[in-house]
Amino acid sequence: MDWFFNFPDMSRSDLREFKKTVDFAFTDFSRTYGQGIEEFFEPLLMFLVWFEKLFINTPWPVIIFSILLLAWIGSRSILIVVGTFLSFMLIGYFGMWEDTMSTLAIILVATFLCIAIGIPLGIAMARNNKVQAAIVPILDVMQTIPSFVYLIPVVMLLGIGKVPGLIAVCIYAIPPIVRLTNLGIRLVDKDVLEAADSFGANYWQKLFGVQMPLALPTIFAGVNQTIMMALAMVVIASMIGVKGLGLPVLRAISNQYLALGLMNGLAIVILAIIFDRVTQKFGLRMQKYRNEGKD
Amino acid sequence: MNSKNILIKVNQLYKIFGDGDKSALDLVKNGMGKDELLEKSNCVLGLNNINLNINRGKIQVVMGLSGSGKSTLIRHLNRLIEPTSGEILFNDTNILNLTSKELIQFRQNNMSMVFQKFALFPHKTVLQNVGYGLAIQNIAKDEWSEKAQKWIKRVGLDGYETYYPGQLSGGMQQRVGLARALATDAEILLMDEAFSALDPLIRSEMQNILLDLQSELHKTIIFITHDLDEALKIGDRIAILRDGSMVQDSDPQEIIMNPADEYVSDFIKDINRARVIQAKSIMTPTNTKSSGATVKEDMVLEDILQIMSDAPSKPVTIENSKGKITGKIEMVNLIEGMKRPKSLGTNITG
Repeated sequence: MDWFFNFPDMSRSDLREFKKTVDFAFTDFSRTYGQGIEEFFEPLLMFLVWFEKLFINTPWPVIIFSILLLAWIGSRSILIVVGTFLSFMLIGYFGMWEDTMSTLAIILVATFLCIAIGIPLGIAMARNNKVQAAIVPILDVMQTIPSFVYLIPVVMLLGIGKVPGLIAVCIYAIPPIVRLTNLGIRLVDKDVLEAADSFGANYWQKLFGVQMPLALPTIFAGVNQTIMMALAMVVIASMIGVKGLGLPVLRAISNQYLALGLMNGLAIVILAIIFDRVTQKFGLRMQKYRNEGKD
Repeated sequence: MNSKNILIKVNQLYKIFGDGDKSALDLVKNGMGKDELLEKSNCVLGLNNINLNINRGKIQVVMGLSGSGKSTLIRHLNRLIEPTSGEILFNDTNILNLTSKELIQFRQNNMSMVFQKFALFPHKTVLQNVGYGLAIQNIAKDEWSEKAQKWIKRVGLDGYETYYPGQLSGGMQQRVGLARALATDAEILLMDEAFSALDPLIRSEMQNILLDLQSELHKTIIFITHDLDEALKIGDRIAILRDGSMVQDSDPQEIIMNPADEYVSDFIKDINRARVIQAKSIMTPTNTKSSGATVKEDMVLEDILQIMSDAPSKPVTIENSKGKITGKIEMVNLIEGMKRPKSLGTNITG
């Protein structure tokens, strides 16, 4: 009855052998292809460095003015613009300007990458049920797997630095935009699509003329979520060498600096709130035609 | 019927929804009905051996209760639904053989559709909605907006060009739908219960707009409805579907005078016969003048009653549109005509 009380597991030596094999295989893989993959990401790294420098080296009044302008264009709300202004003044006053700029740079690049990859993926999923069935489980894994677990292979392949950090952020942040693009397109009224069909619209005319515009509010909710999740990854990304607001937080955790942790943590929260309010207002404005409706 | 006048010919059209529709098709062809098929093969019989000739420039009404297959049938004409078997000829071209490119061309140029739930593009303005069929043909904006403008005016929505559909009432939305369908200058207009979602007054108004437009445009219109009054008002010919099969396809007067079966007579039992039956359907043919007044042969019984009530004993003379005397009607004919027919299915016409 031994098997009843003790799980009939693999022998220890076999298990060790198994882990070793996997580890060696991946080490071999990263030795052979690591160089090539790193070269592949070289342009991205250059861009990232340039973009971050741009944010840090531009005089602060110019940056604040541009941010306020964008906040206004996005939200058309004085309240949000004033709030943004005060927030950034506070951040700067407490000496977190440079870190905030680094974080802003990586968040923007990550968001841009997620949109560029995620929206086409979502469109492909909406077009074909098989593609959807293949991608959904991958997204599930990406959203539930502890971030530290996928940091290991990424770091083994690319080492410590901005690019692996960016990849980690993207893996974490891309699922909502993919899911919501797919959902948004699938939720477009079948009657309206039938009408487009009956007038002889082809696939692309339907996609860009009917489906995407009508799915835009949903897609934008996805963009909003992607930005929020990217911000949430800032601290973890700093563990593998991404500069910004996450690094002081990490330092504060290991040294129990309450004030430092709180300040930088709150700065991340402020960024999140500003992004969220501005993008949400923008999303609402895009469905103006719905809100003006009679019924 | 002159075959040159036939624009669309539907031949032996079958549609079976569900898996294994090929084997189910054989069952249906061997005479299996809708319920039995559903039980035996888990397939739904959509259309069962539909044969229909649609005349150029006329309004062909297709009637039936919900689930009778009328919306399925109309969607076969522009292939929004693919049939299981059969053929649909448009000017002797089988629509079912068109490649997807040709089909898109065909939909752009030859057919347009008006939908029950309007199906307007909520994110486009009235002008953009009406111009949609033209805009996707890569016609320049100036050109399509000018045409769209013309049709917006024609359906009486002048000044609403920049509104979104959500800002308009149901009746106005369907005018946009109608204008959108007319704007492509397609020869054939498919109307899928186009006025069913509107309240009675607006519906009647829309029917008048349609008839008014038709007297000028002479489109070939396939009009789906479940409302007999509507069918009688606008139809040049009425086909009645039941469980995917064609029960009767004839002149509206013929449907009322000689319903093909119980199902059809059920349909017509609640109509006001005096208001729809025309003189020619009940007159006694003769070419001599009678003692009473002279009326046109398409006058309805209600109006004849009005005339005869002044002199009940004098039969009225009936003349055709060219003024030639074709018959007479006596009071007793009038009463007989208004009465529901007793014996059903005696004079089946197809």
